[in-house]
Amino acid sequence: MDEKVAHKLRVLADAAKYDASCASSGAPKRSAGKDGIGSTNKIGICHSYTPDGRCVSLLKILLTNYCLFDCAYCINRRSSNVDRARFSVKEVVDLTIAFYKRNYIEGLFLSSGIIRSPDYTMEQLVLVAKTLRQERGYRGHIHLNTIPEASPWLIKQAGLGDEQLSVNLELATEEGLKSYAPEKKAPTIRAAMGQMQERIAEAKEERRSFSPAGQSTQLIVGADAASDEDVLRTSAGLYSSYGLRRVYYSAFSPIPDTTAAVPAKSPPLQRENRLYQADWLLRHYGFAVDEIASASVGGMLDLDIDPKLAWALKNRARFPVDVNVGEREMLLRVPGLGARAVEKIVSARRHTRLRLDDIKRLSGSVKRALPFMITADHHPGSSIDRTDLRARLVPPAEQLSLFG
Amino acid sequence: MRRVTLKPGADLDGFRRAVRALAAAGVAPEEVAWTSEGDDLFGDAVPADLPAEAPPLSLPRELGQTIAEVVPHSDPERYGLLYGVIWRVTHGERAALQVASDPIVHRLDQMRKAVRRDIHKMHAYVRFRKVEGASPERFVAWFEPEHFILEVAAPFFEERFRSMLWTIVTPIGSVAWDGSRMSFGPPGTKRDAPGVDGFEAGWTDYYESTFNPARANPKLMRQHMAKKYWHNMPEAAAIPRLVRSASSRVEAMLDREASVPNKRAPEGALAAMLDQAPASLEELNAIIRSAGPLVPGATQAVVGEGPEGAGIAFVGEQPGDEEDLMGRPFVGPAGRLVDGALGEAGIERRDVYLTNAVKHFKFEQRGKRRIHSKPTAGEVSHYRWWLMRELDLVRPKLVVALGGTAVLALTGKSIPITRARGPAELLDGRRGFITVHPSYLLRLPDEKAKRSAYEAFVGDLVRVRELGGAGALAA
Repeated sequence: MDEKVAHKLRVLADAAKYDASCASSGAPKRSAGKDGIGSTNKIGICHSYTPDGRCVSLLKILLTNYCLFDCAYCINRRSSNVDRARFSVKEVVDLTIAFYKRNYIEGLFLSSGIIRSPDYTMEQLVLVAKTLRQERGYRGHIHLNTIPEASPWLIKQAGLGDEQLSVNLELATEEGLKSYAPEKKAPTIRAAMGQMQERIAEAKEERRSFSPAGQSTQLIVGADAASDEDVLRTSAGLYSSYGLRRVYYSAFSPIPDTTAAVPAKSPPLQRENRLYQADWLLRHYGFAVDEIASASVGGMLDLDIDPKLAWALKNRARFPVDVNVGEREMLLRVPGLGARAVEKIVSARRHTRLRLDDIKRLSGSVKRALPFMITADHHPGSSIDRTDLRARLVPPAEQLSLFG
Repeated sequence: MRRVTLKPGADLDGFRRAVRALAAAGVAPEEVAWTSEGDDLFGDAVPADLPAEAPPLSLPRELGQTIAEVVPHSDPERYGLLYGVIWRVTHGERAALQVASDPIVHRLDQMRKAVRRDIHKMHAYVRFRKVEGASPERFVAWFEPEHFILEVAAPFFEERFRSMLWTIVTPIGSVAWDGSRMSFGPPGTKRDAPGVDGFEAGWTDYYESTFNPARANPKLMRQHMAKKYWHNMPEAAAIPRLVRSASSRVEAMLDREASVPNKRAPEGALAAMLDQAPASLEELNAIIRSAGPLVPGATQAVVGEGPEGAGIAFVGEQPGDEEDLMGRPFVGPAGRLVDGALGEAGIERRDVYLTNAVKHFKFEQRGKRRIHSKPTAGEVSHYRWWLMRELDLVRPKLVVALGGTAVLALTGKSIPITRARGPAELLDGRRGFITVHPSYLLRLPDEKAKRSAYEAFVGDLVRVRELGGAGALAA
């Protein structure tokens, strides 16, 4: 590989790594044409994992890290003194194909600092996608991080080659956006999301494909004063009003060449983890934001226990649940029983009476479930009412530090 | 005790034949010993004293799937366990698989998951290396799967790398794609693949750069990517160093004081950037011309024609065959009809603005002819943003919608022309007038009907001139 390109790759991959989303899943099944390469499946593939435990699925780079914007939390803000580089369209295309052919990646995740104008930048992103699709016969994954300020017709163009689109909202509240990203405007970003949603719905009606994998966004946690409850409300709003497929949470991470405007320390990674768990409860377990918030302290999720356990401890009167007769909706709320375990329980109990050993085979964390469920040979008795129940269920005090 | 000898690896066929024979003869699971040391000759899958051919068993679909997924597992007990469950299902426990908590069902489920995971990891962790100097280019990979999954995992690579020549070598067999056929061959060794690849250094660079030291969590990484895979993944060589240096990198970052920006804030550039909407018809048209058609095929975009400030703007459907080639609106047969009708109504073509709702020709190729095909509602709304900017810049007093597509573009609704013909209110409060599309007149078969429809059209144009045209005539 050419050393000049290798240098750009280092700079521009480094600059892109703070974007948490890297999903290659959700696209419809598609395979390579006779003279082409590339396929997509419903479930994405992680081709590697970095020592932060994160999946490497897409070649995640910026087209350039030169930027006119000055967002305080961003390493690429115009006033930062980092190394700058810029790929040509051809370099990105060649690199994507070379990596793809060696089975290093599922596809390309392309984003960019804003140079010259939002429209110009967006055009360059679209050009990369077009070249890959039309000139190289490439049918793998392409994810474009759209520039919210770009003109509507460009955003429309971007979604037409079945690319996945996203817009980063970055900060959950409008105040946060105002003070840390002075040039970014929440209404602009929301408008871009609204437009994409409209296009996706329209394309579905006409059986055309427009961003078939849906859209996603990322919220940065811990850079401003937004509480977990604020963040979750924003997410719930995004899921319902814009039909978002995923919201990613990214614990604000200290960056090289920081400014005095943001905290120098990062929030505990556990906070991000708890937000993902709560998000999961919203989407797959039938929880409402209010229910999750009711088990929080001042709008912040309990860092020591997961939000489902926190809710169960606040609502002990609704437990224990009998796994052999209890309603599915209530089984889903038993700490330690996941959605898949519940499906299996509901299916198995039609043919047999479930005992504790049975549940142990179906759930990996049956210890947490014990005080909250009844099986053919187990009844928690009064242990559900013990005042020290929380303390007994908190995992041993292992400080989850940055290097945990 | 009966002995069943299957081929080494995943012998699904042999297992099926043996199960049929055993079930037909009513042999209970505890009377069968399963081994897989047979050679490649078939026939000994079925014990010698049983008939070689037996009728197929009817099993629940889910069980059939479990069998196919568990057979590639490397556990020598797999065949016996499977036959045990088949026996239970055919002897009164039809729903045995539904009881996921049953110890054997649970164990089979674990095996099934292990096989799936192995297949998934093979799809993820195979690393192709380019064969130096080979022409056409060829790629070879070495991979060590845990179970006998080569045949089930291979179609994925065919689907993905169809235009590429590749071979995957493993200790349990190899598979090659020659551009049109996939073929399975004997096992090989690591030395069958090239020792290096020119892109591995770049890939490792990428891997290192995308790692965020502030989030180091090697335990989590090992959960996802077990160490046993590392020695065949070029990027894994960097892991120990990345983990070791992570904490010092973060500390160095935190110790550094907030930096003072050394660049001036480009306020001027920013302001210019935020104000990027096209300011003139010329700028807008340049954007339209540079954007590709929504439906591929058109030669070029056909933009509107006429003076800015024209009193009347006519909006048609989309350019036709001749318009597409010449790049001008209303120059084909329908355009010539419009020219004539405008003249009879006392309107000068050069005083009005003519454009289309959709800016690209969409057609079906039939032999040598390109047959016009109607734009969909989605396409119309895609182009609406441009049409609205265009009308904002021309500022006509009256906008004439010619035909159904123009009505849809200008009102957002599809309304039958016969009912809406005449003055109308359009989107954004524009004053409008609805009439037929000239090509409708050309399509009428009967000469008499054509004549009277043409006169009605000219009549409409006269009203159009009166409603919005005074300015146009004076101009």
